[in-house]
Amino acid sequence: MPTHPKINDALIRSLRNILPAESVLTDTEELHPFEGDGLSVYRQLPLAVVLPETIEQVQSILRLCHQQRVPVVARGAGTGLSGGALPLAEGVLLSLAKFKQILNIDPVNAMATVQPGVRNLAISEAAAAYGLYYAPDPSSQIACTIGGNVAENSGGVHCLKYGLTVHNILMLKVVTMEGDLLTIGAETLDSPGYDLLALMTGSEGLLGVIVEVTVKLLAKPERAQVVLAAFDDVIKAGEAVSAIIAAGIIPAGLEMMDKLAIQAAEDFVHAGYPREAEAILLCELDGTNAEVSEHILTIRQILNNSGATEVRTAVDEAERQLFWKGRKSAFPAVGRISPDYYCIDGTIPRHQLPHVLRRIGEMSAEYGLPVANVFHAGDGNLHPLILFDANQPGELARTEEFSRHILQLCVEVGGTITGEHGVGIEKIDAMCFQFQSAELTQFHAVKAAFDEFGLLNPGKAVPTLHRCAEFGAMHVHNGQLSHPELERF
Amino acid sequence: MNDHSAILQQQVLDALNTETPLNITGSGSKSFLGNPTDGQTINVCPHRGIVHYDPRELVITARSGTPLGEIEAALAEAGQMLAFEPPHFSDSATLGGTLACALSGPRRPYSGSARDFVLGCQILNGRGEILRFGGQVMKNVAGYDVSRLMVGAFGTLGVLLDFSLKVLPCPAASVTVTRECSASEAIGNMSALLGKPYPVDAACYDGRNCHVRISGSAQAVKEARTKIRGDVMPHAEAFWAALREHELPFFEHSGTLYRVMVKPATPCLPLEGSWLLDWGGAQRWLRSNEDLAKIRHCVESEGGHVSVFRSDDPLIDKFHPLPPHLFVLHQTLKSSIDPKNIFNRGRLYKNL
Repeated sequence: MPTHPKINDALIRSLRNILPAESVLTDTEELHPFEGDGLSVYRQLPLAVVLPETIEQVQSILRLCHQQRVPVVARGAGTGLSGGALPLAEGVLLSLAKFKQILNIDPVNAMATVQPGVRNLAISEAAAAYGLYYAPDPSSQIACTIGGNVAENSGGVHCLKYGLTVHNILMLKVVTMEGDLLTIGAETLDSPGYDLLALMTGSEGLLGVIVEVTVKLLAKPERAQVVLAAFDDVIKAGEAVSAIIAAGIIPAGLEMMDKLAIQAAEDFVHAGYPREAEAILLCELDGTNAEVSEHILTIRQILNNSGATEVRTAVDEAERQLFWKGRKSAFPAVGRISPDYYCIDGTIPRHQLPHVLRRIGEMSAEYGLPVANVFHAGDGNLHPLILFDANQPGELARTEEFSRHILQLCVEVGGTITGEHGVGIEKIDAMCFQFQSAELTQFHAVKAAFDEFGLLNPGKAVPTLHRCAEFGAMHVHNGQLSHPELERF
Repeated sequence: MNDHSAILQQQVLDALNTETPLNITGSGSKSFLGNPTDGQTINVCPHRGIVHYDPRELVITARSGTPLGEIEAALAEAGQMLAFEPPHFSDSATLGGTLACALSGPRRPYSGSARDFVLGCQILNGRGEILRFGGQVMKNVAGYDVSRLMVGAFGTLGVLLDFSLKVLPCPAASVTVTRECSASEAIGNMSALLGKPYPVDAACYDGRNCHVRISGSAQAVKEARTKIRGDVMPHAEAFWAALREHELPFFEHSGTLYRVMVKPATPCLPLEGSWLLDWGGAQRWLRSNEDLAKIRHCVESEGGHVSVFRSDDPLIDKFHPLPPHLFVLHQTLKSSIDPKNIFNRGRLYKNL
């Protein structure tokens, strides 16, 4: 790798042959905005930032870096929460910020083709004129880009009914590390050969650079309505969730918040949440007018039967938006009551919720760090927020350890270490909880099929066996260590 | 008792030792699909049974050899279903075969495909290792999505051992509305429905009538019924089952059956033969004596692709050819999972 300044100079000169001078950034001052993503505890300046605006430029950059064996990290809006877009000191950061054209909205086939730097929400805004929208709505949707959404397989509060990014895209144009342009998927509902569209989605920039995305659009539901229910016990709220599912209703959104999260959100945006409740559920129903009315009656009954202390249907659209505003502001609201917070993203089978919340409570006491819980209850995706103060020596390290224990717990109960934020650099060690050496080896082999020299976003998403051995968190399966071939540290 | 994974693993290891290619089979109900493959048979049927099913979690985990009918019966008892409405093509159809061939039925455009409902799987790779990918939860982005990659790979990437699938509640009510019209009119009507918030969950044109199935809550169905023109079809359930299973008169003729995939609003294609339009116009069945190259060219010019679904000619290459770069990637990807190329050689493409 070109750590020698002269080699770096040569690389930068070559990059400037591909791009206009203002699209190759190398001054420390210019590099700073790119030093990290939404996970701000990790920061690193890259060797250079490049801002191409054509697919051909992306191809040339990757060809050059491939030839020179320079690692490349692709970046969208930098809103990711797992450090997936963290630059490498010896690498090029490839920003897709200039790819922000909506190329085509095709209302008769209900699809849209956009460049990767288009913001998630901008797609729905452009499709609104046709009564259509793009369903996945990560809470950062105002800022996050579709390219990043594909790289992370982003979700949102409506996943249970409408799926993740992987369920809502049709076709990608991808540039490989060797500079080849591939079309993956098709404008049709499936495509010949392997399902590379699924493989590429959520691959965190390790398999290729996404330069165009064709998404599926859906008809906007006629009506959406939200019901708020308060509980004096978190377990009752969890049981209410199961009862709703058992009744054969798939809500558009089903969110839970615990007391600390409720109070923080209420103090911040005055959403009208009951401050004394131990838990609240927000249950959104959408569909045709008649369907929503019918389901609201059923849901209210289920919530009352589950022991809710209060059940409220939003009286109008303004109140519905306010109920959601409280939930969507939960993270910044918690940010107001604590110098720092650490957001965790584990998924668990729903019936494990009482057990997991109790264990998190116990661990919170052991570590002396408070936790606020927000939960995509419908699909089992838990977001505990650990409150801490990074200025207190050792507190970040303790928080990270606590966080890893929560993720380990998620895996133990049959869940996963990340539901929607991705592994990135943040959960690279936690991957060792979830996968054994054979699976990790297989992941590396798949990566090598796309990127022989491991130049795309190296060090993210999939840990080396060596790293897992050092971390010491491997599975001991049937009494056998996963990596007998490796030395122990 | 029904966990035969250790036996299957030994069979793969033995094949590896002797470099014997394997032909992975289930009940054989899909053997007409794809290209023929040589090799020693490895039968997954004995590896069967539902491993876990909790209706409240909307997840079922079953071994690949489990008959599809057994899974659907267990789900129906809890008022749930496989929402991709898979065709069986035989009473003996298994879960593994259905997913290996990526088969979905009429509800596919509205609810999602077989792979959309896959949450995780366990496979035997070409090193004879048992690997687990994905999980039993709705959201899981840890590691590459190898589980969904297995769907539609026709067994070329490994022996499928078990799958966890998301399941959904059965709709409370359903009605099918039928109207006689031309194919062009049907295409226009069906694609117009994509832009409407009606609970449509199947739409097809059988050469004479356009049929639209509306499913959801009783009120939703009643309301949508008034907005979609046509008469209520009696015995609609039997009709959709016959469409799904290719048991309508259209499918009874002998000769080659093509599966043509296009954007749903694509106008009628200038190809001789008889057509049946399913998936709201996105999946079109064609019986034709036209030259395959001509059919491929015509469909490709519309951005679509075509596969030979049923044919008497065993030598014909069944799937739409891939561009060279993409084909090379298929080869390297296969060898990353099956380095000795022992699984289902040539089943998907020659030289794969």
